Amino acid sequence: MAGLAAVRFRVNGVERTVEAPPVKRLLDVLREDLQLTGTKEGCGEGECGSCAVLMNGELVNSCLVPVLQAEGAVVCTIEGVSVDGRLAPVQQCFLEEGGAQCGICTPGMILATHHLLEKYPQPTLLQIQEGLAGNLCRCTGYMRIFEAVRQASERGRD
Amino acid sequence: MRSNPAHYEMVAPATLDDVLALLAHAPGVHTPMAGGTELMVALGAGRLATRRLVSINHLRELRFISTDDGLVTIGSGTTFSDVRRSAVIAAEFGLLAEAASWTGSVANQNRGTLGGNIVNASPAADSPPALLAYDAEVRLVSVRGMRTLPYREFHLGYKKTALEPDELVHSIVLPRVYAGWVGYIRKVGTRNAQAISKVALAGLARMEGGRVRDVRIAAASLREIPVRCLATEAAVIGREITAETIQAARVAMMREARPIDDIRSSAKYRAAVAGNLVEEFLRRLL
Amino acid sequence: MAKTEAPKPILGTSPLRKEGVAKVLGATRYIDDIALDGMLFGATVRASIARGRILDIQFEQKDDLGNPIDWSKFTIVTANDIPGENTIVHLTKDHPCLAAEFINHPEEPILLLAHREKAMLPAAVAAVKITYEEWPGVFTIEDSEAGIERAKAGDETGVIWRGHGHGGGNNTFKTYCMLKDQTEIPESVWAEAAYIVEGEYRTGAQEQLYIENNGVIAECVVADEAVQEVTVQGSMQCPFYLVHALELVFNLPADRCRVIQVETGGAFGGKEDFPSVIGSHAALLAMKSGRPVKMTYDRAEDMVATTKRHPSRTRHRTAVAKDGRLLAGEIEFVIDGGAYATLSPVVLSRGVIHSPGPYDWPYLRVDGRAVATNVAPHGAFRGFGAPQSIFAVERHMDKIAGVVGITPEEMRRRNFLKSGEKTATGQHLSDPVDLQGLLTRALREADYHRKREEFARTNVGAVVKRGIGFASFFHGSGFTGSGERRLNSLVEIELNAEGMPNILVSSTEFGQGTNTILCQVAAQTLKIPYDDVLIAQPDTYRVPNSGPTVASRTAMIVGKLVERAAEQLCVTLVGSGFLAEGYTGEEFKDGAKRYLAANGALKASVRYQAPADIFWDDEQYRGDAYPAYAWAVYVAEVAVDTRTYQATVTDFHALQEVGKVLHPKLAAGQIEGGVAQGIGYALYEKCVWQNGRMANNQMTNYIMPTSADLPPIHAHFEEVPSIHGPGGAKGIGELPMDGPAPAILNAIEQATGIAFGEIPLLPEDIFARMTGTDGAEKLNPDVMEPAIAAAVGEVGD
Repeated sequence: MAGLAAVRFRVNGVERTVEAPPVKRLLDVLREDLQLTGTKEGCGEGECGSCAVLMNGELVNSCLVPVLQAEGAVVCTIEGVSVDGRLAPVQQCFLEEGGAQCGICTPGMILATHHLLEKYPQPTLLQIQEGLAGNLCRCTGYMRIFEAVRQASERGRD
Repeated sequence: MRSNPAHYEMVAPATLDDVLALLAHAPGVHTPMAGGTELMVALGAGRLATRRLVSINHLRELRFISTDDGLVTIGSGTTFSDVRRSAVIAAEFGLLAEAASWTGSVANQNRGTLGGNIVNASPAADSPPALLAYDAEVRLVSVRGMRTLPYREFHLGYKKTALEPDELVHSIVLPRVYAGWVGYIRKVGTRNAQAISKVALAGLARMEGGRVRDVRIAAASLREIPVRCLATEAAVIGREITAETIQAARVAMMREARPIDDIRSSAKYRAAVAGNLVEEFLRRLL
Repeated sequence: MAKTEAPKPILGTSPLRKEGVAKVLGATRYIDDIALDGMLFGATVRASIARGRILDIQFEQKDDLGNPIDWSKFTIVTANDIPGENTIVHLTKDHPCLAAEFINHPEEPILLLAHREKAMLPAAVAAVKITYEEWPGVFTIEDSEAGIERAKAGDETGVIWRGHGHGGGNNTFKTYCMLKDQTEIPESVWAEAAYIVEGEYRTGAQEQLYIENNGVIAECVVADEAVQEVTVQGSMQCPFYLVHALELVFNLPADRCRVIQVETGGAFGGKEDFPSVIGSHAALLAMKSGRPVKMTYDRAEDMVATTKRHPSRTRHRTAVAKDGRLLAGEIEFVIDGGAYATLSPVVLSRGVIHSPGPYDWPYLRVDGRAVATNVAPHGAFRGFGAPQSIFAVERHMDKIAGVVGITPEEMRRRNFLKSGEKTATGQHLSDPVDLQGLLTRALREADYHRKREEFARTNVGAVVKRGIGFASFFHGSGFTGSGERRLNSLVEIELNAEGMPNILVSSTEFGQGTNTILCQVAAQTLKIPYDDVLIAQPDTYRVPNSGPTVASRTAMIVGKLVERAAEQLCVTLVGSGFLAEGYTGEEFKDGAKRYLAANGALKASVRYQAPADIFWDDEQYRGDAYPAYAWAVYVAEVAVDTRTYQATVTDFHALQEVGKVLHPKLAAGQIEGGVAQGIGYALYEKCVWQNGRMANNQMTNYIMPTSADLPPIHAHFEEVPSIHGPGGAKGIGELPMDGPAPAILNAIEQATGIAFGEIPLLPEDIFARMTGTDGAEKLNPDVMEPAIAAAVGEVGD
């Protein structure tokens, strides 16, 4: 039986250290060790994007990150998107435009949108489609999500 | 999660030399993991045979894109996002930039590496057709030193490569000689985004006096390894692009494709589409 | 105090989703986000064969890696541990909770395991070695029918289900015969018809693919070695279905079986009947271990073991007049129910009733049959039989149009049902129905005529061929036939201590907007702000049974009950003098609080009353099948790339008449999401079966559309208020699943000239037909040559 690794990283602005098997998925560390259950598991194989978080500013699927590889990283989960419980513009737009239905893909989708808007502050429809293609949503048919992203991009311009 | 993480060991030596020393010390014991986009899937599904892993994701020495007059060298730890962001790759190796853009989703492109993509040796991997078309070389490194291999000799069989147990892929080297060549690349997947390819074809050619002076055609998902389609190339080299040439190339492609049947597609479909893509490539040369 | 103006109507506006803030914050707690003290994790040991008998079960002492397994640390449940009946009850008791001896599908649950550490379970599941006597399996509708035929000759080896005294027969869960006007088709109609058009149409299984897998947490109170009470919380649509299942498995009265729905991450029918299985399993482990037990499936298990949409085969034989008028139709509709009856009889019923489409058939006979196969039971999925039979009839209408030599549009126009006419079950359409107008508008929105003409011109010699097609259809709102009378739903609204109304229903939210629209209905009826209306978490100890959240019934049926309960609440408050007419929202709360101070509590309670003019005859299978119907015309535009044989939907217009639209953004979201699932159903989503087991049970290999695969989806509405729903609303949830597949294949027929009759229609299928090769054959050099020849010949231009 292999040992545990002590991994230090910053999650939502807070320095954390966890002791875990080194290949334990970052997803499980976030959910089980840190009780950050906003990050969801949909498929466990990097296909659906429900577990997406930002790691060092890049969107990653946390089900495919062994926690050892998060050593020293800066991680942002859905819990770190809002400020003092106030919705970030992207969250507000998802809420208003009907971008969230059942809500299970929403955390990953919102983080993917953040990542997209960092890269393309005024994304074209094609850029939105490509940027969110790794986040599967079974409820919306994506149309309301595209609208939420457009609205968020408009607000970002103000 | 169908495996118990407690049954796995993973180490992350600080430097490339430390990793190579570990691999040399007990060759074949540790499986290197870069971005984890393949191995973590296998681990989650409970089908990762190896129990001991060495992380190479953090090795700065392997994540670079360097250029000199004759070559572009891409470190094996370069992610697909890095490849997409590179101006020199976009300008001179457009087929590779395009292939990088199809590889999984944005999140997986942020983690998956070029080295990992070829070492994993999936017949359906996205980067190999472009690398084959560009006649890339791979540099393999171990404590014994560095060796260079034509990439077309890297894949030996289904999920088998020329990599020795103590070696890592150091980098992929592309010759900067393709100004004036016409490129073509197309992936036919199960859907438009984050799809696994059913057929992918890369073509690269140089015309002279209305004839095909040089041509490279490479394909993925047809056989157990990504392949250069030499018979198809032979059918067009030195020829004008006429209906007869196209027909000959299609037939050659469909004969040499010899594709596989699996849960994603049928052999006949793959062969026919490969023939169609060859035609689409050749028409672009007109 | 100055009276403010009456509040603006809230119905027809788009207030924020009730539970939306928590969802966008990631603060919503789904079942896998909940942990109880001392909780164990459960897992299921399943069969590895499709059909046979269990001979022996061994517990290996070491796992596959050689690590020892300490079985004493596991809770193990077998069929012998079940205190009540070994059945998961839906309509019949044929479905065992755990297999005791016989195996009828490859994912049949046999044993349950629980352990403190979730990570210990996969190796333990693999270390349970079961040996079987294996029997040949029955995997398709045709296999099943062959088994029935062989049985007539005395060979019963192909009979896998024997009727079980539930009204079925050999391999047959249920049959229906729908005979219009109870009149057989006279032979003379066939003899005198200008055309007799036949067609066969098939649809595949479809996985619901909610992004949150099935999961529950169960607790059990055991005293004196007997189960006293069972509590299950989890992801589900129908808490009272699970109560009913638990009553039998544990031999407990309903009031000792508590079920709580927690926030549910998508369902689409996939969490209608299945939670009864996983809920019973977790509860058995909780009983045996004495601890709370969480069972959540991973994606691979959820896809391979839980329900899917029924595969179907529909055969049409139609007598048609020279001008395209329908004279008579025979429809045979068969669905593959899988190994047990589950909900197949009612899926079949909805499929049969929708099989004629929205057309006037002078004579019609529909024979429906649900058959058994050795695959995991198929179950509810948005549309519930209707997408299957509507696919067939809408493809068939285009076929008939081609035979007659009129346009698909003219074919529909000559045969549409109109107000005042009768449906195939004899239902008099008293509400306004304007299919002609819907078709006109839908075709205009989609620019159909111009595009159809343009594509016909530009397709000649084109590498990418374009097409546009449509489907016209209807979907009944609410339970079929006498279902709503039997459900006898109850809705309550109580006042909380702050004087705010709290809606008590078992109707569940799983993304479609139940919470929001029911609160809108109550707010509008009570004339108070939307934000002042609450809705309780569905907990069967606390909420009445307002019926299952299925069948496009929530907005119309439950919404109407909420409206009536709100009216009753208002009458009580006003009538008792605590509230004056023309009150404001604040005055309502004040008045409500004063009422509570004086009377202690106030709860309005309203039970379903079947409309006096709605009647259904189960015996004759005749009458008013649904209180109301939604009507729709969907138009799809496609591009077929002749190099890859991939059909892509490039534009989509969905026009529907659904009564009053309660919440435009939610309604559009329902339509867009349903259309996306319909596009997946038509072109992407294929279950690959190997010996009765789904082989591609991963999101990587079961292909649902991503954001990069869908066209712009334009949802359009016509609003014709219905008396049956609150504010005039009808059902909307399932409707958008019905139209896309036939509209898309109708468009592909224009693009390719090929009349495809089967979905999913993958590039490999288009390839096979376009090149005249059978793409399914195994590769060998001999079969390769004709493929090469055909493909080379085809793109030789």
